[in-house]
Amino acid sequence: MIYLKSFIFCGLVSALAELILSKTKLTPGHMTTLFVIVGSFLDVFDIYDKLIVWAGGGALVPITSFGHLLIHGAMDMATNSNFMGLLTGMLNLTAAGITSAIIISFYLSLIFKPKD
Amino acid sequence: MDENKYSILVKKHTPKEDVSKNVFKAFIGGGIMGLLGQGLIDIYSFLFNVSTKEAGIYMIVTLIFLGCLFTCLGWFDRLVNFFRCGLIIPITGFAHAMQSATLEYRREGLITGIGTCMFKLAGSVIAYGIISAYTFGVIRLIILGVLK
Repeated sequence: MIYLKSFIFCGLVSALAELILSKTKLTPGHMTTLFVIVGSFLDVFDIYDKLIVWAGGGALVPITSFGHLLIHGAMDMATNSNFMGLLTGMLNLTAAGITSAIIISFYLSLIFKPKD
Repeated sequence: MDENKYSILVKKHTPKEDVSKNVFKAFIGGGIMGLLGQGLIDIYSFLFNVSTKEAGIYMIVTLIFLGCLFTCLGWFDRLVNFFRCGLIIPITGFAHAMQSATLEYRREGLITGIGTCMFKLAGSVIAYGIISAYTFGVIRLIILGVLK
């Protein structure tokens, strides 16, 4: 059942992005940025946490979860040390994603050559 | 030729993209990525005996690796042509943005090429993610403080 839910949720988010992309003149770069902001906005009142409980991995895969993880780490720290916690905890949960993206893309770019 | 006539002619001959078909393709592509994510979480939490939260981090790293590798092999562009936003909105789109920037600017050198241009496309995601998360975090702290 969780597989069906994650299929539907991730599919709906992508379909929504495609719909906005085809109706307006925005680029894919605009779309990813927009969806990160939407993700962090949804976490202001813990809505995204409920979505993750509902859709499982399907809610973690879209780029909206990146914004969610950013504000989630910040708020976790902020419960102890208010406004300073926002700064220290911001990258706590996304560190794995950003670091691995930097390292993997660096080493792969040394191995592979551009196609065209 | 008259300018109006020309623009009408251009409009007539521009290939029209079927919106509903593309949206459906994006739905299928995104759904497959969601399935893959949930499947990887289950596999990792079974294999390495870790909590679901940690398995989620492993899953994200795996998807980033796959996105980077497929971009290097040149398969990602073909898949994006078919699935469109179904592959751009999942975390693989972020990996693709970084990998294509590093691949493209590699010939300009390690420092001035890869180093400075790595975040050329993906930088806006990180920058606006942090900006929005900080702004919303401050708002939420103020609201929680008022409610206390």
